[in-house]
Amino acid sequence: MEIPALVGTGLIVIGAGYGLGKIGSSAMEAIARQPEASGNIQTAMIIIAALLEGLSFAALIL
Amino acid sequence: MQNFSITSVFLSLLVFTSVSIFAASGEGQVDTQSKINDFIDHHLQDSYDYTFFSDGETNKHYGFSLPIILIDNGLKVFSSSRFDHGTAVVEESGKYYKVYNSKIYETNAAGDINLGETGYPTNDRPLDFSITKNVATMFFVGILLILAFGGLARQYKKRSVPIGFGRVLEPLVLYVRDEIAIPNIGEAKYKKYMSYLLTVFFFIWLINVLGMTPLGVNVTGNIAVTACLALFTYFITQFSANKDYWKHIFWMPGVPIVMKIILIPIEILGTLTKPFALMIRLFANITAGHVIVMGLVSLIFIGKNAAFDTPLSVFLTLFLFVIEILVTFLQAYIFTMLSALFIGLAVEEHTHKEVEAETNEII
Repeated sequence: MEIPALVGTGLIVIGAGYGLGKIGSSAMEAIARQPEASGNIQTAMIIIAALLEGLSFAALIL
Repeated sequence: MQNFSITSVFLSLLVFTSVSIFAASGEGQVDTQSKINDFIDHHLQDSYDYTFFSDGETNKHYGFSLPIILIDNGLKVFSSSRFDHGTAVVEESGKYYKVYNSKIYETNAAGDINLGETGYPTNDRPLDFSITKNVATMFFVGILLILAFGGLARQYKKRSVPIGFGRVLEPLVLYVRDEIAIPNIGEAKYKKYMSYLLTVFFFIWLINVLGMTPLGVNVTGNIAVTACLALFTYFITQFSANKDYWKHIFWMPGVPIVMKIILIPIEILGTLTKPFALMIRLFANITAGHVIVMGLVSLIFIGKNAAFDTPLSVFLTLFLFVIEILVTFLQAYIFTMLSALFIGLAVEEHTHKEVEAETNEII
């Protein structure tokens, strides 16, 4: 792999990590505020995390 | 605890398997790095025979061969043992075939593969309907699912609470129904799609779990398999879509006409990117998992100090294996969940009064 591709890979991982961290932190806050809604929040969190993951994987492969 | 002991059994088996494969690389000073790369590449690809492990010193392979089915001026069926693990040229009714990079090519009698300028073979390829390793695994999983769930279904004719293995399966079926199908598709219409969602869920899960065993299968890490699964979701979504769904794609209400014209191609593309993301996600997750596990196992052969590298490698691989076992379930869950979500979006009925009411509420 050449250097630009490696830098791009690193950027993708940074972006995906930032996004996942943001999803995780806001989900945690939401659960802390409304513990009774934790099931729904978890589902929504997993869906968004999956979408993000799909995007970053697509970028990594392409 | 149970899980850990099973994992470590798998792990040690995997390590032993790899040891036998790399046995030859120690003495002859063969390039270990490239051998490991070849081994991982070979694992990620489909193959024409089911090899459990090979002996690098005597070049013996332990496993069984599978049928090869070619359509090339008529149907040709023969055993993959005639290829002798890619080394032999097979002559079948006047034509010669050879395996190169896990694909069958038509060659001359000497078995020459002509590499073009790009490094890819330019030989012709016959239409290949072989029962390869992946196909055989999928058949196996299919039969297993039919046996397990056929048995479960038959039990409900006699009693309302299943016995035996059915007790394990019933909560999982209910989980798919209550946590995936009903919240995403809705109480009214979920029943029609349950059979598809259950099939996809258990098929992907079982195949992923099999990929974690030393059987060495990598079915969901094959992009053709995941593409096919994603296509099922795509067609089910499109064919079950109601008129609201199409209206929101081709002539969305409440948008200026100029914007409508710009948005139509985007919306059409949007319907395609959903299954595309499904395909890439499953493929990339499983492939990445397999590559990392095998890379960590091969740390033993790359490092200089075996006494230090082996415990490190075993620890890291165990750690990753536990994560991968979680991933096997998570990927099956996410694939099913997103399929249900897309189907739910397509069959959702909404009147415009509802939308207005919702907007008012938000304001």
